[in-house]
Amino acid sequence: MKDAEIMAKNPNRPLSPHLQVYRWSPQMAISIFHRATGFILATVGMITLLWWLSAIGGGAESYATFQKYVVSAGESATGFETAINWFFRLLGLAVTFSFFQHLASGIRHLVLDIGAGYELKANRTWASAAFVAAFFATAFVVLFVASRFLGV
Amino acid sequence: MDSRTYIGRVRGLGSAKHGGEHWLKQRLTAIGNILLTTWLVVSLLLMPNFDQATLAQWLAQPTVAVPMILMIVNIFTHARLGLQVLIEDYVHDEGKKFGAMALLNFYVVASAVFGIFVVAKLAFTGASA
Repeated sequence: MKDAEIMAKNPNRPLSPHLQVYRWSPQMAISIFHRATGFILATVGMITLLWWLSAIGGGAESYATFQKYVVSAGESATGFETAINWFFRLLGLAVTFSFFQHLASGIRHLVLDIGAGYELKANRTWASAAFVAAFFATAFVVLFVASRFLGV
Repeated sequence: MDSRTYIGRVRGLGSAKHGGEHWLKQRLTAIGNILLTTWLVVSLLLMPNFDQATLAQWLAQPTVAVPMILMIVNIFTHARLGLQVLIEDYVHDEGKKFGAMALLNFYVVASAVFGIFVVAKLAFTGASA
């Protein structure tokens, strides 16, 4: 019998404790964030990278299209174009944060792989530090983009 | 009744000594990604402006095209390994798993080749206006 069939037959079977019974900690959060940010980078992030490269290769007109969507729709944009622009900006923000989060968390994983950083306090501290680093790096990029492209 | 010799029965059932390959490749590409994406981020921060012509000329240089192609290969290999783990963890039906893995391979190989071609074309034929 398959697992699914057993589950359907006896919904009251004893279950081992799962996510919902534990109090969230930075160590737990960083684990699932590593996976989620990796997924965002592998989908939205990689497609955006290819879009950017092919827009550069495609010439001035194709690069202008990329900029219109991802950077700024411009002064004369319709409400719809501005909305699409904000949608891509939010995706860009998600990819930027995912990049730094995955980078910080990945470095943490490499440290754990050599056998360091398993003491309870150190483990918790470095998990929190990875979030803080990703947040500040993302904020820096947002400020950089705002000052270089949007004249803020 | 199995008439094979003892060695014949166990041959092929043990470790092929490749068990750590996935794990190790993921770490090695991770280290490569740290180096290559740091290169990209620093290059972008130092870029004088972001006009298409400037970027195309920048990308067409051998010292930029080569690390960019390396970065594409490295990132897409790392993503291929990572998404494989997601599929193995969340897709339990054997048929769906096979399909998902096939789609993943198509996606990663096709998009990496596309990216490499874009960069190589710029590097070999020069920046178009």
